[in-house]
Amino acid sequence: MRASGALGLSHLGDIIGEDHVVRDPSELASYQIDGRLPAAAARPGSQEEVAEIVKFACREKLVIVVSGARTKLGMGTSPPQYDLALDMSRMDRILAYDPDDLTLAVEAGARLRTISSRLAERGQFLPLAVPFLARATMGGTIASGVDSPLRQSYGTARDFVLGMNFVTGDGIAATSGGRVVKNVSGYDLHKMMIGSLGTLGAITRINLKTFPRPPATKTFSAAFWEAQQACAFRNALARSALGPRTLEIVSQSADGRFLLAGEHPPSLGARPWSVYVSFAGDAAALKRHYGELRSLAPAENGRGDWLRELEGQAEESLMSALSEFPAALLGRWPAAAILKITALPTELPELASDLASLDLPWAVVMRGLGVAYLALIPPDGSEGSLDRQRQQCARILALAGKPPYRQVSLPWCPGALKQDLDVWGPPPPSLALMKRLKSVFDPAGIFSPGRFVGGI
Amino acid sequence: MNSRLLHALKKALGPGGVLDRPEDLMLYEYDGSVETARPDCVVFPRETKDVVEIVRLAFREGIPIVGRGAGTGLSGGALARHGGMVVSFSRMNRILAVDADNQRAVVEPGVVNSDLSAAVEHLGLHFAPDPSSQKACTIGGNVSENSGGPHTLAYGVTAQHVLGLEIVLPSGERMRLGDAAVDAAGYDVTGLFVGSEGTFALVTEITVKLTRNPEAVKTLLGIFDSVDDATETVAEITARGITPAACEMLDGWTIRAVEDYVHAGFPLDCSAILLIEVDGLRESTEADARSIREICLAHQAREVRLARDARERDLLWKGRKNAFGAAGRLSPSYYTQDGVIPRTKLPATLRKIEEIGRKYNLRIGNVFHAGDGNLHPIILFDERNEREFRDTIRAGDEILEFCIAVGGSITGEHGVGMEKDRLMPLLFSEADLELMRRVRAAFNPADLLNPGKIFPNSKGCGEIYVRPRPNATARPGP
Repeated sequence: MRASGALGLSHLGDIIGEDHVVRDPSELASYQIDGRLPAAAARPGSQEEVAEIVKFACREKLVIVVSGARTKLGMGTSPPQYDLALDMSRMDRILAYDPDDLTLAVEAGARLRTISSRLAERGQFLPLAVPFLARATMGGTIASGVDSPLRQSYGTARDFVLGMNFVTGDGIAATSGGRVVKNVSGYDLHKMMIGSLGTLGAITRINLKTFPRPPATKTFSAAFWEAQQACAFRNALARSALGPRTLEIVSQSADGRFLLAGEHPPSLGARPWSVYVSFAGDAAALKRHYGELRSLAPAENGRGDWLRELEGQAEESLMSALSEFPAALLGRWPAAAILKITALPTELPELASDLASLDLPWAVVMRGLGVAYLALIPPDGSEGSLDRQRQQCARILALAGKPPYRQVSLPWCPGALKQDLDVWGPPPPSLALMKRLKSVFDPAGIFSPGRFVGGI
Repeated sequence: MNSRLLHALKKALGPGGVLDRPEDLMLYEYDGSVETARPDCVVFPRETKDVVEIVRLAFREGIPIVGRGAGTGLSGGALARHGGMVVSFSRMNRILAVDADNQRAVVEPGVVNSDLSAAVEHLGLHFAPDPSSQKACTIGGNVSENSGGPHTLAYGVTAQHVLGLEIVLPSGERMRLGDAAVDAAGYDVTGLFVGSEGTFALVTEITVKLTRNPEAVKTLLGIFDSVDDATETVAEITARGITPAACEMLDGWTIRAVEDYVHAGFPLDCSAILLIEVDGLRESTEADARSIREICLAHQAREVRLARDARERDLLWKGRKNAFGAAGRLSPSYYTQDGVIPRTKLPATLRKIEEIGRKYNLRIGNVFHAGDGNLHPIILFDERNEREFRDTIRAGDEILEFCIAVGGSITGEHGVGMEKDRLMPLLFSEADLELMRRVRAAFNPADLLNPGKIFPNSKGCGEIYVRPRPNATARPGP
């Protein structure tokens, strides 16, 4: 596919009005992906306009990258071609909120922050404690598939997105699912959109379940000498009746130096591994937790002060630090690389042992249900370390692409690092089927071609 | 069906692996719905390689294939609408692996839903989806229909508990979707697949999540003299931020039908009961049970009972789960709907159902998942009375049209199948349906897997789309 350049793009203004087309290179800079700029950015105001833009792009053979707040544009392979940024941020309305039905419908560009303040008025929330929360849009959050510590108890978007409207690559405005909490009519096409990184279409509307805010929460910090002990504590917790709301195993380098940037010392003493665990529910029930957690620690963790309850401000800043971990880390070290490795929960100790041999500064946050985010920090953040960083990433991609690990990818890294690396790791066995599905949704291949798993 | 194909199938599966005599096939022309359709043969694979062989042989001849578990489905999903071959998974019923530490199990599709929970009970675990037919229905069937059940209110439907699948595509290709670990690479094809009603591929292996048994369970029975009081109680429980593990409602007629059959201790003279369960930590369940009791009483509940032990609790649930069987004892036939509405629309919808019943002079009982707004009106009819049968279908359609009008859906957990395909255009545009057909074609290009399901029949109106079964028998419902 060849870009038709500025000539074809001159008609964009006829579709959405010239006011909503960005052509100025300095303004376009904020749409750059790995150093590549689009020829224009279009900011549609309705699903109809999105469909018209897509049909236009299809005719003109233009490649579209859909964006929201542009906080996660760098995820995925560097774009081989990038003509038009489809900026959904004008479509930011809350379309329907029915607190008594626990349902919500928003446009793709609606900001999470706006939505959460609206829900808070009615004592409800969405379990999307995702990075870049202050700016992120619903569409970007869903399409990028970013997860959050709350998945431990509430699951991920696939568990609470009820339906969607989206525009496919041939400009069809499609509907999938519905607005009720239980629904099996038709195929759940919207499940495909979650985490598809905008390669199947442009999401315009998302219907979600909302959740009542729990009456009370309690958060604990537990410290361990060894990763194995921290993981054993996680296993004991999983077998208990306590039912954690969040459960994260964090290495010292992550929590001491990188995660919290040294502002708060929630880790206790010299023990390098922490387990941060929170619970929600009835205040009376939460009284048991401190005592029961103490009894779950492996004996070799020794005596002394290893378990502490975090309250008020300390609890809040910890939860925010855990959910903002990738954003905060990249803010401080823009050249950092963050790998995502999935494993079964009982395989996490092995992962921790494998990490010990890395010769770059690293930090890891391991979600208790088997997702690890491993950050590699170049020494001093200097560019000279790029080669070594690339070698380390390649090593981990190779290591974690094999059993016992299940899946590895590189969601965040400098563009320069991507040149010799497949950021998606080994493709899944169903890649051929996924490619067929891609061509169903996007027959002409105009939505971010080449940016997704296996070259999709 | 040609004899060469039958011969090849018998050679591949053994003589006991193929049924083709009319008297045997009769048993496979029914499922839990009001439809019938007779297959030309039924085959019984024992392992994945048998399924691959079956698919190759059938599709070489252009014979359609319909997968079948226990045949408890309520939308005709397991019926061979256009004839062809039924693949029964009843002999692929092994639990292949249980991983207690990671709360996973790998099962064959023919494993009965409640057998899996029974097999992991000693580990303090269970499989959360619990359709009322769980003592008979299979996990393969649950995957196809994305089945629910009372406890999906808190624990989610089947899709939320399935992580990976092994499938056999119409091409004969074996493929793995998803993984035992979360967040498998690429598109969530597993999520798309669950609920595809057997139209994508045959499932030969399922990796599921197992759920930890709660420390405590409390089951309450709220007894009401008015249906409105009961539905308003449900709304208030939701508004107060309490999420029960289950919240079921039975109306007066259903209560009397059930009581006569099961003797669950339901009072015969009330208008509605709510069966509400809370689970979790001891202290939380006590607090939740107290609040629910207060809410019931504030909405004029005549009485709120708390099951004292597991025996009482099981009896209450037996009453709920046998409601459809009870209806079957009282009427030659019955037609169960599966509409979903936003839960705040419960009072209005129940009044509408009553009005529709009066209009057609039909008895309609109601037993349903009140907590998530998933209704199951049971319309009683006598199929020997042709007019009554037609009125039943009309009444059912009117109920579903009302559900759609208030923002709901035509099916919450039973599937579209061959029962509600004609109603799909009320929810989806022709472009939506065309996109769905193209998605199906990515798996099943020749439309040879479960043809004639989900999508509206191009033959359109005037077709007799539902035929009554000759003899209704008591059978588990949703």
